[in-house]
Order: sequence, then C-alpha cells, then structure tokens
Amino acid sequence: MADTANPGKPPAGPETTGHEWDGIAEYNNPLPRWWLYGLYATIVWALGYWIAYPAWPLVSGYTSGVLGYSQRQTVLDEVETVRKERDARGLAQLASASVAEIRADPALLRLALATGKAAFGDNCAACHGTSATGRVGYPNLQDDDWLWGGTLEAIEQTIRFGARSGHSEAHVGDMPAFGRDGVLKREEVEAVATYVLSLSGKPGVAGASVEKGAGVFAGNCAACHGEATKGNPEMGAPNLTDPIWLYGSAPEQVVATVTNGRKGVMPAWDGRLDAATIKSLAVYVHGLGGGQ
Amino acid sequence: MAATPSSKYMTEGEVGLGLALLVSAFLCALASARAVDAPFSVHMAVFALAAVAGIAAILKRYEGRPAEGSPQQIDGKPNYNLGPVKFTVIAAMAWGIAGFLVGCTIAFQLWAPSLNLGLEYTSFGRLRPLHTSAVIFAFGGNVLIGTSMYVVQRTCRARLAGDLAPWFVVLGYNLFIVIAGTGYLMGVTQSKEYAEPEWYADLWLTIVWVAYLLVFLATLWKRKEPHIFVANWFYLAFIVTIAMLHIVNNLAMPVSFLGSKSYPMFAGVQDALIQWWYGHNAVGFFLTAGFLAIMYYFVPKRAERPIYSYRLSIIHFWALIFMYIWAGPHHLHYTALPDWAQTLGMTFSVMLWMPSWGGMINGLMTLSGAWDKLRTDPVLRFMVVSLAFYGMATFEGPLMAIKAVNGLSHYTDWTIGHVHSGALGWVAYVSFGAIYCLVPWLWNRRELYSLKLVEWHFWISTLGIVLYITSMWVAGIMQGLMWRAYNSLGFLEYSFVETVEAMQPYYLVRALGGVLFLIGALLMAYNLAMTIAGKTAGEREPGAAPTAEPALVPAE
Repeated sequence: MADTANPGKPPAGPETTGHEWDGIAEYNNPLPRWWLYGLYATIVWALGYWIAYPAWPLVSGYTSGVLGYSQRQTVLDEVETVRKERDARGLAQLASASVAEIRADPALLRLALATGKAAFGDNCAACHGTSATGRVGYPNLQDDDWLWGGTLEAIEQTIRFGARSGHSEAHVGDMPAFGRDGVLKREEVEAVATYVLSLSGKPGVAGASVEKGAGVFAGNCAACHGEATKGNPEMGAPNLTDPIWLYGSAPEQVVATVTNGRKGVMPAWDGRLDAATIKSLAVYVHGLGGGQ
Repeated sequence: MAATPSSKYMTEGEVGLGLALLVSAFLCALASARAVDAPFSVHMAVFALAAVAGIAAILKRYEGRPAEGSPQQIDGKPNYNLGPVKFTVIAAMAWGIAGFLVGCTIAFQLWAPSLNLGLEYTSFGRLRPLHTSAVIFAFGGNVLIGTSMYVVQRTCRARLAGDLAPWFVVLGYNLFIVIAGTGYLMGVTQSKEYAEPEWYADLWLTIVWVAYLLVFLATLWKRKEPHIFVANWFYLAFIVTIAMLHIVNNLAMPVSFLGSKSYPMFAGVQDALIQWWYGHNAVGFFLTAGFLAIMYYFVPKRAERPIYSYRLSIIHFWALIFMYIWAGPHHLHYTALPDWAQTLGMTFSVMLWMPSWGGMINGLMTLSGAWDKLRTDPVLRFMVVSLAFYGMATFEGPLMAIKAVNGLSHYTDWTIGHVHSGALGWVAYVSFGAIYCLVPWLWNRRELYSLKLVEWHFWISTLGIVLYITSMWVAGIMQGLMWRAYNSLGFLEYSFVETVEAMQPYYLVRALGGVLFLIGALLMAYNLAMTIAGKTAGEREPGAAPTAEPALVPAE
C-alpha cells in the first residue's frame, strides 16, 4: 500500500497475521480466556436446560424433558387453583345470591366490591372513567342522579341489558328530534331550552320567553319528563330540575339536545360477563355513593 | 455509422437496462390506470415516473461519459467508484433526520394522543411504521449499502463491479423506501412488524437486493488481495441472510395483481414464528452483523491500530451467524408457540451472549495503546461509545429472552428502551462515526468543518439516549409490575387504563430525550454540509498540526 504513515503497521507487540487491507493489519491474539469460558458456560447451561425441559422437535412430537414441564398444563393448574381459592371465598355464592343478599352479607359484600372494582376498570372505565365520574354523554356514577333508576336491582338490570343496546330487554326510550323533525319551530326550541334551564337557575337563550317555553314543555315534553319536570326512570328521561346535565348546560347545548334528541347507548353485558361479575358490578356502582 | 476506434457506443448494460425500464414504465403506467385502489394507482405512477427518470439518467450519463467508459485503474491504482457511496451518505442523513423527527412526533403522541391532529395520515398507527422503517431501512440501510460499497472496494483494491449496477442498487433501494413510506401514510400495510410494505414493494426490493448481492460478490471476486477482509464477511452475511429472511417472511398472495392488498402464505402461530424469525434476524443480520462490519473497518482505520484478534473475529463471526438464526422464538414466550420452540429461542439467545460480545471486545481492544485518542477525537469516541452500548444491549437481550424475565418485560416499554439502547447507542452511533470519517474522505477534504460541533453532537445525543433508556426502564418495569399486582382477594390491583395513565410522565421524558437526539443529528448534518462545501471553522491555530492526520485521508 502506498499509505504514507502506514497506520496499521504495528509497533513492537503481538504478531499480526501478516495480511494488510487498506492499511489495516490484524493481531493474532488468542481468545480472551474469560470470554471462552463464558461461551462454554452458556453452552453447558443450554445443554442442561434441554435435558430438563421440552427442547428439540422430532419427526412427530418433541423431546419432552425430564421435568415433564408443560406450559399449557401449568396455566390450567394455576387457573384451577385461583378458581378454587375464589370459590372458597364465596365466588359461587355471588352467582347464586341476589344483589340484596350480597349487600347484606359483609363477607360477600367485600368480595363483590373487589370483583366489581376490577371488572369496572377493565369494562366500564373506558366510557365512565376510571373513577366513574363520567364525561359528556356518559353518566357520572358517583352522584345520585340515575337515568334508569338507582336501586341495586335497577342498576343490575341496566348493566345486564344496557340501554338501546339492541338486546330485547334493553332500556329503550328515545327523545325525539323536535327541531330536526319539524315538531317545534326554532323559537319554540329556544324557548323550551330557556325554560328548562331556568328550573335550575341557569341563563337561557337571550331574548327567549320562559313563559312560552313552559307552554311548549307542557305540550311536548311533560309526557316523559313529567309535569313536575322531575324526569321518569321508566323512560330514561332525566330530571331537569337538578344541576346535572349529561349533554351540557350551555344554552346552545340544550338547544342542540332539543333539536336533535339524544340516544345514548350502553352495551348489554349479559353473556359477556358472568352473573357473579355483573352482580358485583351492580353492588360496586351502587356503593360508589349515589345508590338508592 | 462509420466505425472508427473513437466512436462511442452504448454498452449492452445501458441498452438492456434502458429497454427494461422502458417496458417497466409502460406496464406500470398501465397498472396505474387499471388499479383497483388509489394507493396502488399512485405507487404504480411513481414506479412509472422513476423508470422514465432512470432512462433519462442513463442517456444523460451516456452523453457525458468517455467512449471507453470508466477505467478499472488509473496509473496502476484502482479507480474507486465513489458516486453511489456519496449518494447513500447524503440519503442516510436526510432519511435519518426525517426518521428521528417522526419518532419524536409519535413519542409526543403517546404523551398527548390529541397530537395526532385527528387525521388518518398523522395517526400513530401509520407514523409508527414510518418511523421504524425510516430509521432502520432508510437511515441504517443507506449507511450499510454505502459503507459496504466503500469498504469492499478499498479492502479488495478493486473498483466496484458493474457499471450501472451500483447506481441501480442505490437508487432502487431508495425508491423502495419512498414506496414503503408513502404506502404507510396512505394506509398500505401487511401488518408484519418491520416488514410492513406490501407485495409489490417486496418484489421490487428483492430485485434490488439480488443486484446488490451480485455487485458485492463480483467485487470480491475480482479483488487484488489474497484474503477477504473480516468486514466483508459480515457484510456478505448481512446481504445473504436478509435476502433469505425477506423472501420467506413476505411470501404472500395478492388479492388482485392490480391492487395493494395481499394475504400472507402462513397463518396463526406459524405466521407468528416466521415473522419473528424474520424480525429477530433483522436485528441480528441487519442491525448487528452489518454494523459490526462497519466497526471492523472504521475503528481500526480511525484509531490507526491493528484489529485486536483475527482468531476472535473468526470464532465470534461463525458463532454469531450460527446462533442468531435460532433466537427469534423468544419474541413469542408464553404464547401458542410450542414449549420446545420457546426453549430453543431462549437457550440460543443466552448462548448468543458471548458471540455478540466478541465483536465488542475486538473493537474495544483494538484501541489498546490508543486510548488517549478518545480525549481528542470525538469521532472515534462515537464509535467506542457505540461499542459500549452494543455490549450493554447484547447483555440485556439474552437477559430479556429468559422466560422468567420476559414474563415481566414482554409487552412493556422496557422492550422499547432495550431496542433504543441498541438503535440509538449502537447502530446510530457507529453510523455517525463512520459518516464523520467518510465525508472528508469521499469529498477529498482535509478534515471535518468542525470537531467542536462533533463534540456538541456527541454530548447532546448521549444525554438524549440516557434520558430515553432510563425513562423506559423505569416506566417499563413499573408497567410490568402494575400488570401483575394482585390484591389480597386475588384480583388485579390495577385496570389496564390505570397503567397507561401511570406512563404519561415517562413518555414526556422519553420524547425530550428523542428531541435531544434529533438536535444532535441536525448539528451533524450542518457540519457535514459545511465540510462538503469545503469550509473549516478555523478552530485550529494556524500552523498547528491537523487534528485529523493526513494518513486518515485514504491514499490511492
């Protein structure tokens, strides 16, 4: 090579292999001992592991290892162990007892609350939030305002069959799209929105008449929400006198609600969760603070 | 035409490739017009335009070249073909910065999901493969192709084989990158991690890759050295194995030959095993063997020291090649994969530990007697630190392949931290070191524009890596522990969404680490651009000895 400084040319030291590529030479140092022994150690360990555990495929089947280990069997055993432990704590009773009985029995209640909390996090929190406080369109479960009833039994039924879920026993109750379908004129919609907002002392649409709204309400809304505007859990019609507004309390939000109606959906959990889990969820949700 | 000795003809290669491109342009235009889905139509149009551009490039090159073509030697010295290498260096920097930027974007999206802007094109699911492909295949691939074409020429003392072929490889590979990346943005994917491009992009890459293999082999064939240099073994192992992995993992049947969608040949756990046999060996042969080749040339060259041990290089090469190919099943612990396959994946991963470290030892020990250079040469420091990260990642890898550890680490961000200590610390750092060496050599500059900027690059990006991997260690292990936490009644302590919430602060730290890494790369790009422009920052006192000695400029 024509390199002026011949960079790879070793000074005095170990022997090189005698070749040089683009000025790079190679020493012929022996393998570091610790490296070689490390390699041997991992190989010996692997050989031992192969003897102990399933390792090498054969024509049909595989070497099963002297320990008789099977991942599938281990999992089945563990699941069975946990099932027995839970049964010992009364899981089977959760399935057969009524929600009222669960609530009355301290041991069952404790188990149900633990089951319910775990199940809530994995199934309900996506919509209702990890702390069950809900968000716009998804009810807060911590308060005492219940669209479909807040008793243990009512909550259990809602969880099992859902609302507008398509299940034959689901809660159904559609608020009509009064504005979109031409039942009410724009000014009537604004008037009735202003009227219902006035029930909880909130400002309505500027210039709209509360008296006129009261008249519109009596003629169109009272059938579901009641003359007293306290709602009706049979129809999923919310109480309009409290300060809780599932779809917002700004005048334009209430106008939108009256114009287009609302059809919130909750899935039916019957068949997706077992009876013990659903009852536990009902007890857990009921116990969050607002149960009736 | 009157045949005089000086008259100029097109070579068979120019005519042949030109005609092939002409036919391809026609067929692709036809396919674009008849396509059954919009992305396929766009991609066929891109292919057709690329073919036309290729024809134009061949004609323009023909006009400018001497009648007899490029000589193999000039004055008895090899006439190295450096044009394609230069292209890959610039492409690598451009793709690298794009890939790092997309990585930062999705890192911030994990911290605040609304940063996906609510658009399908900027959603995490599309940007994530864009990031991984941009950094692995676009940045890493260009570095590998470029350095391999440089190293094989210099260590064989022979001009790169082929006339148009090297350019076909380099441009064709980057066309594949464009097709893959734009495909992800349009939602085209076969949903195989690190092998997302659909069947037509895979076919194109196969053609390009075979051409690459032939160029490399033919250059080795006509070498003027009696023996093949160690870096070239690693490059060859990388090229051959990637060809095999790519073809087998991408066996698929298109729904229509005029549409983008295809279905893979394998299904279920067989598909998973093939996928991770591919996926892990993409790590082993693309990100390890290929970059070890870079190490074996650039570290001794820059340190001006002989390689520590020829014997170690031979033993660890064959051990690495033999063991790596078995390790893939460790990605499928505790799944439907049979026990025996999990055992083999795990045990081979552990046996892989020392063969992996062989490369680190050979790199680090090459510096014995030259450690003082680390103080003064930040370029060499990049490469030495890359070896330290390589050693760390190849210890962590076997550890995480052990089933008991994997039970905690799998599906957590610990894996992401592990990958990035290898990707940022090892792959990117050894690439940065090599590119900092290459640019002055390729453009005949005496030295880099500024070694101070290299220092800044080194420290900023090292801080970025440290933030990245420590945040992901903490976050990943916490995540794994939260997933397996039970209360006294045997119920899970945390719901999944609570574990997601707990990750948020760590995601921010990680994203900031990524930003630091990106800033470092921008400094590098500026430094390289100024170097190519022939400027120096005037850091040395006049008359002082140059920091990069003339011996570093390769002599012909």
